[in-house]
Amino acid sequence: MQITSPRFKQNAHEALGDAALQRALGNLKAGFPGKRAAAVARMPEFEQLRDAARDLKNHILEHLDFYLETFEANVKRRGGHVHWARDAEEARAIVLDICRKAGAKTVTKGKSMITEEIGLNDHLAANGIEPIETDLGEYIIQLRGEHPSHIIAPAIHVNLDQVSDAFHAHHGKYGKTERQTEPRALMNEAREILRDKFIAADVGITGANFCIAETGTTVIVTNEGNGDLTQTLPRVHVAVTSIEKVVPTLEDATLLHRLLSRSATGQEIEVYGTWSSGPRRPEDPDGPAEYHVVLLDNGRSNMLGNEFREMLRCIRCSACMNHCPVYGAIGGHAYGWVYPGPMGSVLTPAFIGVEQAGNLPNASTFCGRCESVCPVRIPLPKLMRHWRAREFEKHLTPQGFRFGLGVWAWLARRPKLYRLATQVATRVLKPLGGKTNRIGSLPLAGGWTAWRDLPAPQGRTFFEQWKDRQQAGGAK
Amino acid sequence: MSGREAILGNIRKGLKRSGPLAGTALELCQTRLREHRPNLIPARAQLPHAGQVELFVQMAQEASATVARVTERAAVPAEVARYLADIGFAAEAIVAPDASIAGLDWSAAGVATEARHARNGDRATVAPAFAGIAETGTLMLLAGPQSPTTLNFLPDAHIVVLDAARIVGPYEDAWAMLRSERGEGWMPRVVNWITGPSRSADIEQKLQMGAHGPIRLHIVLIGD
Repeated sequence: MQITSPRFKQNAHEALGDAALQRALGNLKAGFPGKRAAAVARMPEFEQLRDAARDLKNHILEHLDFYLETFEANVKRRGGHVHWARDAEEARAIVLDICRKAGAKTVTKGKSMITEEIGLNDHLAANGIEPIETDLGEYIIQLRGEHPSHIIAPAIHVNLDQVSDAFHAHHGKYGKTERQTEPRALMNEAREILRDKFIAADVGITGANFCIAETGTTVIVTNEGNGDLTQTLPRVHVAVTSIEKVVPTLEDATLLHRLLSRSATGQEIEVYGTWSSGPRRPEDPDGPAEYHVVLLDNGRSNMLGNEFREMLRCIRCSACMNHCPVYGAIGGHAYGWVYPGPMGSVLTPAFIGVEQAGNLPNASTFCGRCESVCPVRIPLPKLMRHWRAREFEKHLTPQGFRFGLGVWAWLARRPKLYRLATQVATRVLKPLGGKTNRIGSLPLAGGWTAWRDLPAPQGRTFFEQWKDRQQAGGAK
Repeated sequence: MSGREAILGNIRKGLKRSGPLAGTALELCQTRLREHRPNLIPARAQLPHAGQVELFVQMAQEASATVARVTERAAVPAEVARYLADIGFAAEAIVAPDASIAGLDWSAAGVATEARHARNGDRATVAPAFAGIAETGTLMLLAGPQSPTTLNFLPDAHIVVLDAARIVGPYEDAWAMLRSERGEGWMPRVVNWITGPSRSADIEQKLQMGAHGPIRLHIVLIGD
């Protein structure tokens, strides 16, 4: 897919002015955070589970090579195949090769962000194999020629009438000429059309939420059942996943299960948790004859050795973006690549380079909501700050910004001068606030005041007030 | 260098280790796999059996499954006949070949059955659950020749037969049951955890039942 992260500011500006998008984002804000809070309230041990999940993930990362090799050995023992892909190109080539050997004309797909990360659909299509997304949200955006704007609700940016339009435009060839306008009718139409696709597909491609070392099992988590039809009906099942998804045991995957759906949609648990261990066995009447797992690295192993290791704990629940005021204002497409929101602001620079994606970690107030809801306690603001530091070190930030930061740093290291300067500034700015105490336009700060008012200082600095308070307290 | 060796090498470099895990650290990881200890289990899942059965029913219904209770296994076909009539389906079902399901007297209840895996167009299926998990009202089914997994996904109405004696509190107890009954290290080709019928909220975040999998999930619970 085309990367638009470098024009993040322009993307965000356009998103803020997009009325349809803003309406759709209202559904997100009204839904996920409240549902998560309700689910957490019903689970008194939730905070302890988060601690346990953080510790489990840290243990896994410290022994990642061991668990991956154990996982591989157990998949092979059950007759499955494991493929290792250093980068997106290798992963695409591996999947294409499997599809070619299977003589595939069409492949059905369960929802998988890893296949978005490697750009699989375009690659298959360019090589004459038709990929068909079967998750309802993914199907909608595939018809619209778009990419997901959210990692678990890929069509969150699309409104009902736009779904009607997309189905009406594409379903005529299946004899569906009437334009449906009710969600129920639209879903039934997709169900009917995709059922035939499931039956006809030669290869089914899914992701995997967890890979279990102990048993050589891959796990998918869905609500629709599309992932199961995808992996059960075709002759070949390919699970495309990444190296940090491995967990030691069934019990460990169960711990993460307790956190995943509650953090994501606020469900007690997903509808379908599917634990797959190898291909169809001799006596089995159904299931795929071939079972492949593709393990993608794509920069993750580098993160083990640097300040971004904690990001590898991520279980892709989406709680961080569901609670992010920036994501809630601009949606996922503005981030310009596969992963949006706070987790995307940490991952994207790691995967495509801080040169291209430096604006993403800058687009945060560090309000900390993301970290406060993360089921594996990833310190997302801290990791975004690490990217800001790297961006500065690489001289990627604009000259004016660097100059301003330099002046501030010079001043901040001289406390007396700093206090004097802030005393002067507050007294100069106060009258500019007028009756409303808000400043609508300020020289040198146009970037701020163009979009919102600056609250006027109230005349005395924090240090002055603090000094008064200390003295008053001392007098008691 | 192959992708595999390059990736493992880079992981070890990141972990500041020159070769594969060895010594005490290796033994600790191997022990962890062998012991597969449960992590924290919520208090909700730790109840006496009667409470677990009640919680299972409550949570399954909350997930939009329907639950009917019968006193003995022989009463299952009559309940299935009643249910199919109730939802306006013909008295026909594809049943799992497992003797506990296919071996029931379906003709006496007036239900025409075929024992096989499911095909597109099958409207109702009956499958056996290996366990019920009270914590979230989750069914656990094991795929195999006696219980093909297509039965769980292709029909419009999915009927699952569960013995109340096989309801456990937490998921971990279901794993323990699988290990003790089928042997350490054995896994069926697929384990399905199923909690309620298929659904999607992908159109404007409005929840609709029956996206790709069954539109209805009916649990026939035997005994108490």
